Amino acid sequence: MAYPYRHEKEVRLMSEAFGDPAARTIEGWRARGGYQGIARALEIGRDATVADVKASGLRGRGGAGFPTGVKWSFMPKDGTRPHYLLCNADESEPGTFKDREIIRWTPHQLIEGCLVGAYAIGASHCYIYLRGEFFEATQVLAKALEEAYAAGLAGKDILGSGVEIDVTLHVGAGAYICGEETGLMSSLEGRRGEPRIKPPFPAAVGVFGMPTTINNVETLAAAAHVARHGGEWYRQWGTEKSTGTKLFCVSGHVNRPGNYELPLGFPLMELIEDVCGGMRNGAALKAVIPGGSSVPIMDAGECVSCELCYEGVEAAGSMLGCASVVVMDETADIVKQVRRMADFYAHESCGQCTPCREGTSWAARILRRIEDGRGTEDDLDTLMQISEQMTGTTICVLSDSLAAPIISSIQKFRNDYLALIRRGERVGAA
Amino acid sequence: MPDNGRKPETVALTIDGREVVVPKGTSLLQAAAGAGIEVPHYCYHPGLSAPAQCRVCLVEVEGAPKLQPSCVTVAQDGQVVRTDSDEALEMRKGVFEFYLVNHPLDCPICDMSGECKLQDYVFAEGREHGRAHEPKRVFGRDDFGGDVLYYGDRCVMCTRCVRFMEEVAGDPRLTVVERGSRAVIDTFFDQGLEGASFAGNVVDICPVGALVSKEFLHKARAWDLDHTPSVCAGCSQGCNVELHTRDNLVQRLKPRENQEVNGHWMCDYGRESYEWINRPGRLESPQAGRGSRRKPTDWRDVLGRLHARLQELRGAEVIVIGSPLWPNEGLAALDALAQAAGQVSRRVFRSPRAQDEDPLPGFPLLIRRRDLAPNVDGAGLLGFDRDGSDVGEGGLDGVAAHDGILLVLGDELRDQSEEFGASAALFVYLGTHDSPAAANADFVLPVTNFAEQEGTFVNAQGRVQRFQQALRPPGTARPAWLVLGALAAALAGNGPPPSRADGAFAALVAAHPAFAGLDYDVLGVAGAPLADAGAATAAAAGQRAP
Ligand SMILES: Cc1cc2nc3c(=O)[nH]c(=O)nc-3n(C[C@H](O)[C@H](O)[C@H](O)COP(=O)(O)O)c2cc1C
Ligand code: SF4
Ligand code: SF4
Ligand code: SF4
Repeated sequence: MAYPYRHEKEVRLMSEAFGDPAARTIEGWRARGGYQGIARALEIGRDATVADVKASGLRGRGGAGFPTGVKWSFMPKDGTRPHYLLCNADESEPGTFKDREIIRWTPHQLIEGCLVGAYAIGASHCYIYLRGEFFEATQVLAKALEEAYAAGLAGKDILGSGVEIDVTLHVGAGAYICGEETGLMSSLEGRRGEPRIKPPFPAAVGVFGMPTTINNVETLAAAAHVARHGGEWYRQWGTEKSTGTKLFCVSGHVNRPGNYELPLGFPLMELIEDVCGGMRNGAALKAVIPGGSSVPIMDAGECVSCELCYEGVEAAGSMLGCASVVVMDETADIVKQVRRMADFYAHESCGQCTPCREGTSWAARILRRIEDGRGTEDDLDTLMQISEQMTGTTICVLSDSLAAPIISSIQKFRNDYLALIRRGERVGAA
Repeated sequence: MPDNGRKPETVALTIDGREVVVPKGTSLLQAAAGAGIEVPHYCYHPGLSAPAQCRVCLVEVEGAPKLQPSCVTVAQDGQVVRTDSDEALEMRKGVFEFYLVNHPLDCPICDMSGECKLQDYVFAEGREHGRAHEPKRVFGRDDFGGDVLYYGDRCVMCTRCVRFMEEVAGDPRLTVVERGSRAVIDTFFDQGLEGASFAGNVVDICPVGALVSKEFLHKARAWDLDHTPSVCAGCSQGCNVELHTRDNLVQRLKPRENQEVNGHWMCDYGRESYEWINRPGRLESPQAGRGSRRKPTDWRDVLGRLHARLQELRGAEVIVIGSPLWPNEGLAALDALAQAAGQVSRRVFRSPRAQDEDPLPGFPLLIRRRDLAPNVDGAGLLGFDRDGSDVGEGGLDGVAAHDGILLVLGDELRDQSEEFGASAALFVYLGTHDSPAAANADFVLPVTNFAEQEGTFVNAQGRVQRFQQALRPPGTARPAWLVLGALAAALAGNGPPPSRADGAFAALVAAHPAFAGLDYDVLGVAGAPLADAGAATAAAAGQRAP
């Protein structure tokens, strides 16, 4: 079966082989140009590889959008202590399903990306931290990794270069917070998945106390292509500040939801109307969450001229995040959606920080009460204040991540709340 | 940077408008504390790592984009910090409200009430009324084993207890289970805190009433307790403690910080061994006469008769039995009296010893020592030799039948018969409790225990430590040094005896070179090492050998 949906406006650097089982094997992947990136990196050397990735403008695809080459250059240059590369494959952000597809269709693409990243930062060990529920993806990746070891692409003396890079798979237990970089490190070390205060930053004191770089699956996959083709090549797509292509995970009330790889800067409305085949049943657009559940909700007006790049979404009042676009039509019940997010964050908060531990669950309970028709207008003020207290006050940004949808939904969809509070009416059918 | 004897580097900053100079590397929280500004905090504890998770100690630092956790933010030169800016206060108000969302507010029945940091902070900085109307989550109570009970609903999840067990006790028996607001502290499977010999400290460092002592549960309200700086009498480590008393009884012991001795900690053995201080049935007035001829009398009479008798016997052989539960002043006065009275042939003490030491891994200075008495080292320095077995009995060969002068202080002679001292020319028994083996005593003198007087002990490190008086003595009981010092001075015919504890200490310093150079006032509540602490402990170790 062909991969669910394709569109001619896509630029499929990473996703061309999605849906094609032949690309899962090492031969299949090599036939598609695989492992040329690591070969070139080994040829041009460590510093040139980092410089290439810097020049490409590639930014982290895990949500924060930090320039990848810059992050790599933070790693200490003296080789006295072991360095580690961590590949963040914990993909748990509601609405996000791109890393899973990279892993299950193009496992060698990820392995190559890990080799490039590890080589660039001087790490001889890379851990891929997989979300616990990624059962199939893990099996596919494990098989591919065996092939890579057998072909001399991982382990000792990669491609006869004398460079040694081991790749280890680590399956988590299914906790969202283990996707936060320092939480992931704690978890990998065998502790509770609890984020750590920064500084010290991972490049100084990371996993096992050693210099560490952590990158998202898609970031590393893209880095493999940059390594192969060079930094300038990558800049032909995207905008000045958001270069290259990005996988957009579109879900919700569109006719053709799915993963679409598009150049950054692609217009949001074109994504909905054209690429995704328009709104389901031709209904009117009500709201879009452009970057996974952790970012502010946009109303239909804000979507109109929004371009899907880091700076474009920010200008429209939200964040690109990991580019998980959740589209909601007029039948969507915003209060319920936000309450469900609150339940999620309350469930996934690691519980260290007071504003997050207490704030997420308190907000969830208030939202539930409003949803049940027992809310008051004071509750909205309380929610706004709680959310402000949860912003910028905690170790990681899980707490901010719930505050964003609460604040934005109350600001932009206050009438939905008021209808429930005043008349017990749910707006939207769902 | 190498510090070749130069002053450690310092940084100067402004906190709440005050100029503060602190050593490089000091956290903002500590820097503020040094200037007398308390930044509220829960997860930070000076004896533990700082995870910066409670988010209470956030302060405003000029130039920083958001509030900074003062417990882990290092003070920088020229920094301008405000712990009480509107933003910081507003944020703290919010955090305290969060704490109360699920808190049961059961202060009226909570042991911590009155010394609870949640109560204090919310009262000082919190909102007048909470806005949380939702049902609270309920955990109930959990027995953690040992002396520790856990009230999960009161827990502020600071994880101090977890970190103490892991980092200091080196025995990670507590953990956080579950996540979010369902998170709760628990033990692993079937193993609790039982047998963990330093676990009681988790009750002390718990900032709220989540961890409480079973032994202390509902025994006293915090505000009814008097706190007296003292020294644990459990072993020769001499942990600095506070005696918490009410109704003239010790209710509990709490460790008192001393980085040279016990850090912030103490052991459970010491914490739990205080009932002997409260033991009823005390000797309340002096008595004179052997066996059935024994009669209560008063101090004036008894001291007069005893003095006369000592003069009659002057030059006789004297055997002295002391006790390392008694402070230096009493033991030194006992020795002085013996010397004035005659030929001292033996000076001994008996005292129980544990099989092993019990060190605290995360604070290596603190070791529960083998000697289960506070002043074994002081007794050694004052010329007393250990006698008897490791349970503090036996020995005393030939003492029971001694025909000279027999002076006993503090040893209840539990293992001795009623014939003890029958042939002694003079048998003087000073103690807190009467004893069958004191039947032949010519004089029975009620003396105070250490909690009923002030004085000093020498610990196993060769450190002289002062303790203060926490309790009123029973009846007319007096400190041993006062009784013995008066007799010794009268007998030796030298000046007036000391009438205060500082004088008693000065007298012992004058008489015993090991204590040279020490001054009672200078000792303060933190104590000071002997001039030659090493030699002193070596001497003590020598006399300890079997
Ligand atoms: C609560 C939380 C969850 C996160 N989950 C993920 C995740 O599942 N996958 C991921 O790649 N990044 C996740 N991140 C972002 C990571 O912390 C980190 O920024 C990212 O892995 C860095 O990689 P990049 O620079 O390649 O984007 C999460 C962040 C937070 C605060
Ligand atoms: S913000 Fe929430 S999830 Fe993040 S460390 Fe704090 S409690 Fe844990
Ligand atoms: S029980 Fe006490 S010390 Fe332990 S986490 Fe809770 S509040 Fe902190
Ligand atoms: S170590 Fe010794 S002095 Fe310290 S608390 Fe325990 S018994 Fe008391």
